[in-house]
Amino acid sequence: MSHDDELSGKGYDHRLMRRLLGYLRPYRGGLALAGVLVMLDALVGLAGPYLTKEAIDNGIRHHDLGHLQRVAMLYLAVLLVGFGLGYLHNQLMQRIGQHVMMDLRMSIFRHLQRLPLSFYDRNPIGRLMTRVTNDVDTLNELVSAGVVALFGDLFALIGIVVAMVNLNAELLAVTFSVLPLIVVVSLTFRLKVRRSFREIRSRLARLNAFLNENLTGMSTVQLLNREQRNYEQFRDVNASHRDANLQAVHYHAVFFPLLELVGALAVSLIVWYGGRQVMWTGITLGTLVAFIQYTQRFFRPISDLSEKYNIMQQAMASAERIFDLLDTPVDPAAAAVEGAAERAAATDGRPVPALRGRPADGTPGPFGGCIEFDHVWFAYDGAHWVLQDVSFTIQAGEKVALVGATGSGKTTLTSLLMRFYEPQRGVIRVDGRPLAEWDAGELRRHVGLVLQDVFLFSGTIESNLRMGGPALSRAEVERAAREVHAHEFIERLRDGYAAEVRERGATLSAGEKQLLSFARALAHAPRLLILDEATSSVDTHTEGLIQDALLRLMHGRTSLVIAHRLSTIQHVDRIVVLHHGRVREVGTHAELLALQGIYSRLYRLQYLGGRSLRRPAAEPPWAAEDGPQGGDVETWLAG
Amino acid sequence: MRELIARLLPYLGRYRRGLAWGLACVALTDIIALTQPQVLRFAVDDLYRGVTAEKLGRYALMLLGIALSAGLFKYWMREAVIGISRLLEFDLRNDLFAHLQTLPLQYFQRGRTGEIMSRCTNDLAAVRMMLGPGLMYLVNTVVVALVSLVFMLSISPRLTFYSLLPMPVVSFTVWYFGDRIHRRFEDIQAHFATMSARVQENLAGVRVVRAFAREDHELDDFHGLSSEYLDKNVQLIRVSAVFHPVLGLLSGVAAVLALYLGGREVVAGRITLGQFVAFTVYLAMLNWPMVALGWVISLFQRGAASYRRLTEILDVEPEIRDLPGAFRPEHCRGELEFRDLGFTYPGAASPALSGVSLRVPAGRVVALVGRTGCGKSTLLSLLSRTFDPPPGTVLLDGVDVRRYALGWLRAQIATVPQESFLFSATVAENIAYGVAHADAEGIERAARVAGLDTEVRGFPRGYDTPVGERGITLSGGQKQRATIARAVLRASPVLLLDDCLSSVDTHTEESILRRLREELIGRTTLLVSHRVSTVRDADLIVVLDRGSIVERGTHDELLRHGGRYAELYREQQLEEELEAS
Repeated sequence: MSHDDELSGKGYDHRLMRRLLGYLRPYRGGLALAGVLVMLDALVGLAGPYLTKEAIDNGIRHHDLGHLQRVAMLYLAVLLVGFGLGYLHNQLMQRIGQHVMMDLRMSIFRHLQRLPLSFYDRNPIGRLMTRVTNDVDTLNELVSAGVVALFGDLFALIGIVVAMVNLNAELLAVTFSVLPLIVVVSLTFRLKVRRSFREIRSRLARLNAFLNENLTGMSTVQLLNREQRNYEQFRDVNASHRDANLQAVHYHAVFFPLLELVGALAVSLIVWYGGRQVMWTGITLGTLVAFIQYTQRFFRPISDLSEKYNIMQQAMASAERIFDLLDTPVDPAAAAVEGAAERAAATDGRPVPALRGRPADGTPGPFGGCIEFDHVWFAYDGAHWVLQDVSFTIQAGEKVALVGATGSGKTTLTSLLMRFYEPQRGVIRVDGRPLAEWDAGELRRHVGLVLQDVFLFSGTIESNLRMGGPALSRAEVERAAREVHAHEFIERLRDGYAAEVRERGATLSAGEKQLLSFARALAHAPRLLILDEATSSVDTHTEGLIQDALLRLMHGRTSLVIAHRLSTIQHVDRIVVLHHGRVREVGTHAELLALQGIYSRLYRLQYLGGRSLRRPAAEPPWAAEDGPQGGDVETWLAG
Repeated sequence: MRELIARLLPYLGRYRRGLAWGLACVALTDIIALTQPQVLRFAVDDLYRGVTAEKLGRYALMLLGIALSAGLFKYWMREAVIGISRLLEFDLRNDLFAHLQTLPLQYFQRGRTGEIMSRCTNDLAAVRMMLGPGLMYLVNTVVVALVSLVFMLSISPRLTFYSLLPMPVVSFTVWYFGDRIHRRFEDIQAHFATMSARVQENLAGVRVVRAFAREDHELDDFHGLSSEYLDKNVQLIRVSAVFHPVLGLLSGVAAVLALYLGGREVVAGRITLGQFVAFTVYLAMLNWPMVALGWVISLFQRGAASYRRLTEILDVEPEIRDLPGAFRPEHCRGELEFRDLGFTYPGAASPALSGVSLRVPAGRVVALVGRTGCGKSTLLSLLSRTFDPPPGTVLLDGVDVRRYALGWLRAQIATVPQESFLFSATVAENIAYGVAHADAEGIERAARVAGLDTEVRGFPRGYDTPVGERGITLSGGQKQRATIARAVLRASPVLLLDDCLSSVDTHTEESILRRLREELIGRTTLLVSHRVSTVRDADLIVVLDRGSIVERGTHDELLRHGGRYAELYREQQLEEELEAS
């Protein structure tokens, strides 16, 4: 709501305009045609007053009914042609506008798919959405309403002047004598209205910001008994908005009558001066009538100019914001996507065969899944290290649990492995090749990622399992779902695999969503599994299913698991303990317990203490009232 | 429609004189402007017959005079009618805001803010368009149509009849296309919303999109939606591209008819050339009202629909308000009591609190602990009637909180909520937000108690530094401390602290608590916290679980008891050890 509403103040920027025109280039044929049509339309529009003159001078005054009829028929024909031309160029221009907007929208969306995740950390989603939607629509105004209409107006003006010169140059001079007045009035008005328009916008933004703030903070307002004072503040802000509008009302109230007055002045002059000519130099009455009509047509486009200027100004501000976004450098890891996007553009956006398996430039051998963190340092903001000098290796097929307190860097570590972010120092190698040499798409194809919060897309259960991926058969999808116990509950849904996922899966339970995300990962047969265990508590039955599914998911795969469950650390080969961004302990469960270090304390706190009041969300579900108690764990340790 | 008018009348009534004057100006400016063709008529006839230069000059001056006086009334018309529409908008918006302020928190939950915002902007604008330009052009249309009809009939009834034949078609066309354009436009808006939701989903799920290399699929999907949007727009264009040209065509046809038929009448000698010219001008003048009529109708339709949506807000009865006979005692001691309190949130399946009984003598500090969702915050919100408790269950100074005047009750309570809310104002204004008058000294003292003073002095403009988008962004801990300072300054007998130091480190917390304790002597305090270090010095510690009190006692008693509190204590000791390693 804040700076988006403020105009940059420049009305016209040459650089921006040129870039915008670039988007028009693919449609230059249509544009040229529209231009021709607009010119013809303007030309045809000139015929009216001339035909009126013909009718009066040669039809009516000579009592020639035949001629009058011919002129009327001709007039009718001209009107029909004008109608056809107007329809065609209107339609053509608006269509081109829509196509340009779609191109622009697609290129923004495409660009967003390639921006690094750090960009998303910095920019609120709402602002990005405005670029794709509202800003693009503002530009549409410029393309479909502004540019061509301006062109048409200009051409009509020239045509009218030519027609008037042909009728009577002397009278034209009389008409033109009021032109300076029109220009002065219009310019003054434009200047005032522009300022007042900007004032209104900024006051409206303030009004809306105040309203929005008070709506979101209403309970604070009420608890602090601020209603009366905030109402008074609101009334002030509202009044300042009203006053700015009243100012604009005033300008309009002065401008429109004034403009009409100037027009009337021109007509009076023509009647007076032209009338004398009719009597003495013999110009015809028809000429006079036609002249008055031309004069009236002449003034209309001039008074429209200020409105067009507003459209232009808003469009320029939108264009600036859009191009700023498009100029943000893309993620180096997005090379694969770029290729796809280019091809999508080349095929005019028709669905392109998915690109997931594109081999990297080298010949990729079979994916082994050996992972090596080699002295990795990372900071989101470049200053506060979240990971410091992290080094450890996961052998192909090995299962490793990451353990650490909240904020120790576990999730960051997996994000780096997914190449969502690039480490500042150090190297991560997969199968001995640094991540930077991997094609991000190729790498991610082999990785199954299960996030803590399961993100479901709108669509069906099946489309959420497929994830738009390679052509998985229905049988394969179902097999994956069966393997991780998701099949049963999916079958129970009304439409089974075709059931709609509503509101990001609000109708599904937390446990069901987890099973879905397991099935989703498994369906793509990943070689490497990265799993951030969900912490939300589920009922005992589902918990059992999840634990079993998890084991099946890890089976035979290199696995890196951020573990929150005792049963999970129970089944991994090694445990890596992160503490304040550093690897502090590595070893098996028994080894680490024997160390009596961080792990043993974490273990007591998170896995034995159970009833954490501080982080109830992070507590293992089996610690709930009816689950097994600490004693069972002791039994397990003994065995 | 009748109900709509009845509800709008009180608003319109305030400006009835101005409005009457404005609408009279509409009629006057139209009537005056409609005499212009008459002047043209005489001028042309005189020219035809031969005329003196003097007479011509007089006609020219008359034309100018008509334009001048019509313009003057037009100016007054706009100032009055459009101006009043802005005043009405102002009044309506104020009333909406005032009404919204009386609605309870529950109304604003479920992400309704966007909807209310749209009511206060878009719908209000539609209502204003109805009451301003709508009303103005309605009168304008009627007057111009009637008066020019009279003039035209006076020239030639026959000619009038024939040349007006296309006119109803014009109005019909405007209405027909206007309606279709509006409907297709709404269709486009709906699709636009779908598209926005899709973009939002893509941006929110960016990690999953990348992880599953789903970018291509997302592009295809968005491309599909964009294409559909394009198609829907093309549908609209098919209709809207006809609209203006067809209007031009119809008014042109009328002009041709007048030209042809009028010409015949002149030739037949039934009307003069001057009358003929005047007639064509009247016909041209009629064009606009016919176009405007369709537009005015749609303005009224939209305005009425929007006003209905506004009344939906205005008709919401505030659920939490003063009961009849609500009273405001002179003095408040600050004794709190919960008496077998059970509470279920509206629409929730299970109760948030059940069987809670607790008495807090004035001036005591009681701490509430328990896991998230156990009902601690609910307990606090019932005291200040953010939600209404069942009758007779929550008492202040021995009286049901529901029986006090809402404003008085809330003035006795200072709440520091879990989520601090700061307004776009200066730091000082935010601290003084809950009091009517505050001097700089008091504000600084409150900030010192909250441990914020030193940091504020480091801000570019000290206490006058604006907070929020146009100023500095405070950290979570700074916001919490500003909110604490706000409560300190409020100096009310009851203080509710809802886990308000969670974003501050333990060390800072302890020093703030120490100062708070000195400050709060004599104030009844309910303190919610997760940290043992925060609550250990409380007069009474109450452990809540699933909406019921499960343990109560002092720190030492509860440790000896060896229950949940003791467990929590051990756990936090371990955590501290872990932090240190």
